[in-house]
Amino acid sequence: MNPPPTYDVAVIGGGIVGAAIARLLGGTSLSTVLIEGRDDVGDGTSKANTAILHTGFDATPGTLESELVARGYRLLGDYAAATGIPVERTGALLVAWDDEQLAALPGLRAKAEKNGYRECELVGADEVYRRVPDLGEGALGGLTVPGESIICTWTTNLALATDAVTRGVTLLRGHRLSAVRETGSLTLLSFENGAEVGARWVVNAAGLGADTIDKLYGYDRFTVTPRRGELLVFDKLARPMVPLIVLPVPSKVGKGVLVSPTIYGNVMLGPTAEDLRDRTATGTSAEGFAFLRSKGEALMPALLQEEVTASYAGLRAAIDRNDYLIDLDVHRRYLLVGGIRSTGLTAGMAIAEHVAELLKEVLDLSARPDLPPPPRMPNLGEAFTRPYQDAAAIEADPAYGQIVCFCERVTRGEIRDALASPIPPVDVDGLRRRTRAMNGRCQGFYCGAEVCALLENGVA
Amino acid sequence: MNEHVQVLVIGGGPAGLSAAAALAPHAEVLVLDRERAMGGIPRHSDHPGYGMRDLHRFLSGPAYARRLTGLAATAGARLETEAMVTGWAGDRAAEVTSPRGRRTITADAVVLATGARERPRPARLIPGDRPDGVYTTGQLQNLVHLHHKPVGKRAVVIGSELVSWSAVLTLREAGCRTVLMTSSYDRPEAYAAFHGPGRVALRVPVRTGTRVVAIHGKGRVTGVDIEDMATGRRRRVACDTVITTGDWIPDHELARLAGLTIDPGTLGPRVDAALRTSHPGVFAAGNLLHPVDTADVAALDGRHVTRAVLDHLAGSTDARLPGVTVVADAPLSWVAPQVVAPGGAGPSRGRFLAWSSAYQRLPTVIAVQDGRMVGSVRVAWPAAPGRVFRIPFTVVRGADPAGGPVHLRLAGAEKSSPGLR
Repeated sequence: MNPPPTYDVAVIGGGIVGAAIARLLGGTSLSTVLIEGRDDVGDGTSKANTAILHTGFDATPGTLESELVARGYRLLGDYAAATGIPVERTGALLVAWDDEQLAALPGLRAKAEKNGYRECELVGADEVYRRVPDLGEGALGGLTVPGESIICTWTTNLALATDAVTRGVTLLRGHRLSAVRETGSLTLLSFENGAEVGARWVVNAAGLGADTIDKLYGYDRFTVTPRRGELLVFDKLARPMVPLIVLPVPSKVGKGVLVSPTIYGNVMLGPTAEDLRDRTATGTSAEGFAFLRSKGEALMPALLQEEVTASYAGLRAAIDRNDYLIDLDVHRRYLLVGGIRSTGLTAGMAIAEHVAELLKEVLDLSARPDLPPPPRMPNLGEAFTRPYQDAAAIEADPAYGQIVCFCERVTRGEIRDALASPIPPVDVDGLRRRTRAMNGRCQGFYCGAEVCALLENGVA
Repeated sequence: MNEHVQVLVIGGGPAGLSAAAALAPHAEVLVLDRERAMGGIPRHSDHPGYGMRDLHRFLSGPAYARRLTGLAATAGARLETEAMVTGWAGDRAAEVTSPRGRRTITADAVVLATGARERPRPARLIPGDRPDGVYTTGQLQNLVHLHHKPVGKRAVVIGSELVSWSAVLTLREAGCRTVLMTSSYDRPEAYAAFHGPGRVALRVPVRTGTRVVAIHGKGRVTGVDIEDMATGRRRRVACDTVITTGDWIPDHELARLAGLTIDPGTLGPRVDAALRTSHPGVFAAGNLLHPVDTADVAALDGRHVTRAVLDHLAGSTDARLPGVTVVADAPLSWVAPQVVAPGGAGPSRGRFLAWSSAYQRLPTVIAVQDGRMVGSVRVAWPAAPGRVFRIPFTVVRGADPAGGPVHLRLAGAEKSSPGLR
């Protein structure tokens, strides 16, 4: 048997955090492999979050999370501009619905300032309704967070992973880790599909599975509790009702239910927060729907008159501590990046930098010359020009004028591009995340068969 | 790129094509359809039963679609496929994307004939896993009839509308057995037209008063949980395919983006008997207005709209939505058209179209205006959930043109309805 392929560093987990770390390592002269257990990158926690680029105004001051979210906000904002990841700077408004919440707002502003965020303003009920006229009755006041933004989480993950691949990182999808064997200077990783990979250093960025892998190393220092969040996505025709992110005043169980525009031009209501044991329980529930509908009825009754386009359930990786757990074991050449909960989308690139700070003591991380430019990602953002609206693009390539998915206005050209991209989709869901095809109000009534045929047979 | 036409028809289904065929001898007509072929939904409904009321023929869906396309083309209408109107640049100025470019088409008259779609699973809020194998009838028929793809072997069909039986036929053709149909309606007579013969010929078990409360399966559907709505008892039904049928909603995006007044019942644009919308020069026809009636009725709408379009082109000052408002009272959930002149011309085929959520075998429809009964008509067909209920226009003939809204009710249902003095 041939010896397994061997790399300087293996990064386990192709979510946003793992992809950001792999991208950074890809910029050095080290050889790196990015390993994803599922069939696609960004197919776990990174695909089903609230897709908000956070300022970190409400983090716990002094934590690593607070520091990395604030830094990641700037890093990802810049990276988005460079790669075409769509970002809408909508701002957010925390709305107080009772006296207790109203009384909490000044404290939240003070907390934001401790986190280094100074833009928050207290506003009265009049101003709340001026900004969001369709809000339900009973708002008493609010706190603005002008920097909170919406972003495409799918494109973020793909941009980072694509960047890693074009920098020379090897990507392995469908490789679920089953065993870890430490042999002298090399760690041997075995996968459920029978493959093996050798690595000098291993980075565990496995999200929901990070504690399981940590246990393969014999550690017992944290437990990931999957926290299910169900979301309802409303029709694009509801979008004008929600000009910015409407946040509840946070409580102990999480940030509560929010109403937010999505980068794709819809409106999102959610998430629920339900702690589970089953790490694969991404189903939706009747209770979740009922809860969201009752919350939505109070928050914005007019919204509930609109059609629901989609429902999602995502699992967030909650851990039994209140901060990220990033720890380097030099002797075993193993680095854990654990407990990166829903803020990981924003913090990912800063986490990668933090990881590099730790690793540079033991590895040469100096930048390689002649790095390829970052990828230019296809725009999935509703607020920016898409191919179907681009006369010049259609004239140059008529496939951009051939709309296949009518609801989301996805063209044959975009589907062709996704299939030919460095990390092509392997199934319909992967194609949805790369193009928006079939994500719209008809959910495939018109285009489902056509899209599946293109995926199966390719675009001629 | 800018272009001007006299009449722009948006949607090349039965309504749009029929409007084009009737208008083209008198005006310059352009029909845009976003699909690769004209014809609309009948293209992928490969079973007979099309064309009876409009063409007096008994055709398959695809043959009907070809026939209507041919009639519109022969009449001189310009037909353009793969051309999608994505929004408006102004009044009657459509933004259009096609492989031939991005352009704005202005028109003297616009006929919206964008049809209706079935609500998919998310819009119906059916919880559970999200495996492959859950389709609307539209997607199923696309897969089977246009793409010749296999579906599963055991299907559960959710819904009891006419289209639900169309789904069963398609499944059968694809070698997939329908192991259960569920209907939340509690009376089997609700779909008497198909229920008896359907059950016998297709041997499909039907459970009424039942809803699907969960879908199971990780990769592919493995089963659904159904609940008896009277007892709350639940059980698991093994299947590999789930079809959500019916529960139609108009494709009203362009109507709403144009700012047309939308009827809260149909969710389509509000129209008068001549099929004029709230905007001058903008007309509507077909299942966008009544989700949904059969294709031939949509086609006859298309013919019916011709008069108002030609009047508009001739410069008549078409007063906006004159006449009295017509309102559907429970168990009727909507009626179209919504504005009529009691002494004037009637709607297409001289009938209102309505939707009933309760079954009555041979109902009497009454019209009540300002607390006074102004008309009554006994019809020779049932009011039944799951299909359009047709009401003769004569029921409002006695209404006061200057009076308040006319409420249409089913007699027998009026005892519980407040407001009748």
